[in-house]
Amino acid sequence: MEAFTTHTGRAVPLRRSNVDTDQIIPAHWLKKVTRDGFEDGLFEAWRKDSSFVLNQPERTGATVLIAGPDFGTGSSREHAVWALQNYGFKAVISSRFADIFRGNSLKNGLLTVVLEQKIVDALQELTEKDPKAPVTVDLEAREVRAEGITAAFELDENARWRLLNGLDDISITLQNEADISAYESKRPSHKPRTVQV
Amino acid sequence: MGRTLAEKVWDDHVVRRAEGEPDLLFIDLHLLHEVTSPQAFDGLRQAGRPVRRLDLTIATEDHNTPTLDIDKPIADPVSRVQLETLRKNAAEFGVRLHSLGDVEQGVVHVVGPQLGLTQPGTTVVCGDSHTSTHGAFGALAFGIGTSQVEHVLATQTLPLARPKTMAITVDGELPEDVTAKDLILAIITKIGTGGGQGYILEYRGSAIEKLSMEARMTICNMSIEAGARAGMIAPDETTFAYIKGRAHAPEGEDWDAAVAYWKTLKTDEDAEFDAEVVIDGASLAPFVTWGTNPGQGAPLSASVPDPASYEDASERFAAEKALEYMGLEAGQALRDIKVDTVFVGSCTNGRIEDLRAAASIVEGRKVADGVRMLVVPGSARVGLQAVSEGLDLVFKEAGAEWRHAGCSMCLGMNPDQLAPGERSASTSNRNFEGRQGKGGRTHLVSPQVAAATAVLGHLASPADLNDQSSAARTPAGV
Ligand code: SF4
Repeated sequence: MEAFTTHTGRAVPLRRSNVDTDQIIPAHWLKKVTRDGFEDGLFEAWRKDSSFVLNQPERTGATVLIAGPDFGTGSSREHAVWALQNYGFKAVISSRFADIFRGNSLKNGLLTVVLEQKIVDALQELTEKDPKAPVTVDLEAREVRAEGITAAFELDENARWRLLNGLDDISITLQNEADISAYESKRPSHKPRTVQV
Repeated sequence: MGRTLAEKVWDDHVVRRAEGEPDLLFIDLHLLHEVTSPQAFDGLRQAGRPVRRLDLTIATEDHNTPTLDIDKPIADPVSRVQLETLRKNAAEFGVRLHSLGDVEQGVVHVVGPQLGLTQPGTTVVCGDSHTSTHGAFGALAFGIGTSQVEHVLATQTLPLARPKTMAITVDGELPEDVTAKDLILAIITKIGTGGGQGYILEYRGSAIEKLSMEARMTICNMSIEAGARAGMIAPDETTFAYIKGRAHAPEGEDWDAAVAYWKTLKTDEDAEFDAEVVIDGASLAPFVTWGTNPGQGAPLSASVPDPASYEDASERFAAEKALEYMGLEAGQALRDIKVDTVFVGSCTNGRIEDLRAAASIVEGRKVADGVRMLVVPGSARVGLQAVSEGLDLVFKEAGAEWRHAGCSMCLGMNPDQLAPGERSASTSNRNFEGRQGKGGRTHLVSPQVAAATAVLGHLASPADLNDQSSAARTPAGV
């Protein structure tokens, strides 16, 4: 997983609440056998409408999603996180996230930032008026900054440490490489093997 | 204080133990199939990681494979893509794969034991809940999710919190017509589909010790249907004899060392389980399910229960819903339930002993008019063994369909499905709504009951056939 220290990018204001995982990535996309290529499925139903915010040319290349409350409710599908990441989002800001979605996002390196609704509103207003307005999500300082806005956010220390260091579960386990190899070297020879190597 | 079998195997696999962290366990055997592995390989690819232990990893194709025309391209595009993806991934990462058409291809939980890879005191994982099957050898075996599959591929370990242990003791002699399937269905009905939650079950007692290896696999297979993390049986001479001589069994000095270790894998006299259940084997009878979860079962001689008889409101509601879906009436004799389809197969009952048992009952008889009987060996090798014993001919002569190996109608990911409203007697493990096809109705049964049901056209045990033949021999009007 890529490390997340600080990120500055343009934003997409998504003025909808209760965006569930079916809206983020519809079920028929789940038959795919990869973790990438979900970008076209992201908000698929809404994107059929040319006035949908993601379809506006000035939003191309935006990397921060400023969403309404209760983002990511519904099923546990990790595909919702993959779809946002495949599209190019690095961070999502909302006043409230569904638990499983938030857990999945932090596991995959998509930073989900919780801010008070009035600050979310202010960020949405700002970026609606000026699509080019840069928004900075600074995980080291635990701060979101944009023109005229500086807002602190909380994140549990363990999740923050993993994101700052780009550690997924596998990387964390691999930090115990010495323990794993020590165990392997003591494994009895009678244990089964599927192939000779 | 002594330790249980599960605790011994667990302790022997701890790579790292630290305060406030789950134990990091080493995994001895990782089984893969086409459905739950694609995103795991994809994750490895994106992170630029190799498979850490190719020598502890093996893949087979089972869930999507057709059981007819296996030499033709697979018609369903989704199934085809999943199989092709596994083939590509196996080639790219160097994983041993047994594809459709290969003699070792088959249901992943039949293939591991058959190759002698499943051994006592090992940890076995697979992205499939019925991995509990392998616990029959005294292995600690459990199903995992796709992100854990990736974790094992990359590290050969898993961080896990230790489950509690439950003893299920079955004493007494099982009556002659009672099989392992009847026993496990009765256990699940007794403890409920959530009864094993958070536990590793250990099946023990004289009735368990007398079971063959394949019967033990049937029992452990369905541990997950009681909600358990895993199910285990202590290894003994039956286990050792089953493994000896198989392709991946230890040899020479390794065999001796292995057996010496395996003999230590017993729950100590003074060990304590977190929970205990005792069952009198002698009190059991052939058992079938009437509802839509594996805990909704009853002896074949009983009737469909009246939902009103349940004190617990949620159980009553579940029973009402189940009867509605199953199209059954309270009080109806289970033996009167007519079926359209009989399925013999799956990782629960698709091994050679199961096929022999079913064949011995249909031999010289005919599948009832209007009933379709599908016999699907659990693996290509089981199929070959059955053919060498002439079982395929017995089935065909009786009017059953003899198919190629795979999961088949156990979950209907391939074309073998029930049509809406159709009813089956199935030797598989799940009778959930739509499991065998949208709107399909499933009764879980043993291979013996499946075969007798195929002949009579209604739920029946082999004993009912004797009644029938003596009736048939009695001249009319006498
Ligand atoms: S036979 Fe059925 S239960 Fe067993 S692995 Fe296949 S689908 Fe799962």
